[in-house]
Amino acid sequence: MTITVASGKGGTGKTLIATSLALSLGERVQFLDCDVEEPNGYIFLKPEIKEHETVYLSKPKVKIDRCTFCGLCASSCLYNAIAVIKPVKKKVKGKVLFFYELCHSCGACSLVCPEKAIYEEPVEKGTIEKGTADGIFSFVQGRLRPSEANPVPIVKAVKKQIKPDEINIIDSSPGTSDPVVQSVKDADFCILVTEPTPFGLNDLMLAVEMSRKIEVPAGVIINRSDIGDNRIDEYCGKEKIPILLRIPFKRDIAVSYSRGIPLVSAYPEYREEFKKLFDHICRIVGEKT
Amino acid sequence: MKICLTAEGNTLESNVDSRFGRCKWFIIYDTKTDDFEALPNANAAGMGGVGIQNSTLMAEKNVEVVLTGNLGPNAANILQQAGIKAITGVTGKVKDAVERFKKGKLKVDSSTSPTVTPHFGMDKRGK
Repeated sequence: MTITVASGKGGTGKTLIATSLALSLGERVQFLDCDVEEPNGYIFLKPEIKEHETVYLSKPKVKIDRCTFCGLCASSCLYNAIAVIKPVKKKVKGKVLFFYELCHSCGACSLVCPEKAIYEEPVEKGTIEKGTADGIFSFVQGRLRPSEANPVPIVKAVKKQIKPDEINIIDSSPGTSDPVVQSVKDADFCILVTEPTPFGLNDLMLAVEMSRKIEVPAGVIINRSDIGDNRIDEYCGKEKIPILLRIPFKRDIAVSYSRGIPLVSAYPEYREEFKKLFDHICRIVGEKT
Repeated sequence: MKICLTAEGNTLESNVDSRFGRCKWFIIYDTKTDDFEALPNANAAGMGGVGIQNSTLMAEKNVEVVLTGNLGPNAANILQQAGIKAITGVTGKVKDAVERFKKGKLKVDSSTSPTVTPHFGMDKRGK
């Protein structure tokens, strides 16, 4: 079973929910932090990291003496990451320029090159860190190398650590862009954390649309549920999306959370709520499969 | 000499488009014959790397000088490596810009350097 905790809007409480859900279910849980640009689950779960794994991707390079400047590599590149400058006698030297911040390491350029002038070199994109933490079975997080533009390969590498027979809780990055799609895709269920504000609603609608497109059943948790208005309720009612849990806006919760204390450690009574939440998700997933 | 102006329309009466990667049209003008060719920018709504695409197009079209409002870093890099000069900060009607260029009133950037950061033109996509 894999559950991804996502949200449209940032700062709604994904990590609050993901860490507390993980701790409430305990021994069988593997926590995977897929917010690889800014992993923060470790602040609350305090894991002991035992293994570091470097994630490499290939980066195209050119043997310029073999190149005929035909331009096939550039026209095959979906991401416009290659520019071929044809030589002009006595004026311009022929060149192949790679724009690595746009490159997705798909390998098309080296595949299409008729002269075999393009080769690939491994380049470090990030790391996967694995360890153990008190109260859960295991902990995994990805870290994108600073200055890299594309987090998706690291998210994929974290997802390779999913243990299908256990309970996997994935903490996603906010938004609805590629890395989030990748974090939610293939999960059995997606929890969307939101708040009753206009931004919360707007971004929730985007996230619901995303989860439908990739066919992952979703439910909503409303954090800071006693502020704002009831438009989230109205929207969920209309769209038939279950509201799984409400967490009120309490100063005490914010204070303990800001000290790195998970919600269920500060307020053990929430453990029952999260167990019920998990049972509810199991029933929904069971109904759908 | 072939020069290229980024333009908001396909005639010499059109205004110069301030963007290079995401301009609406390219007007490729021959200063010897006073003929011109208007090309729609096929990359105007592209996902990314549009400046790269357009710069290689300039090289393919044997353009010697690009006249535009702003240049991003990747485009500036390619134009320079392809030996194409750039004049940035150009405004007003295309035909007036051509005249000013012919009279030598527009100064070629000494080193083709970017005037804006990547994705600058995306803010004005709906313009």
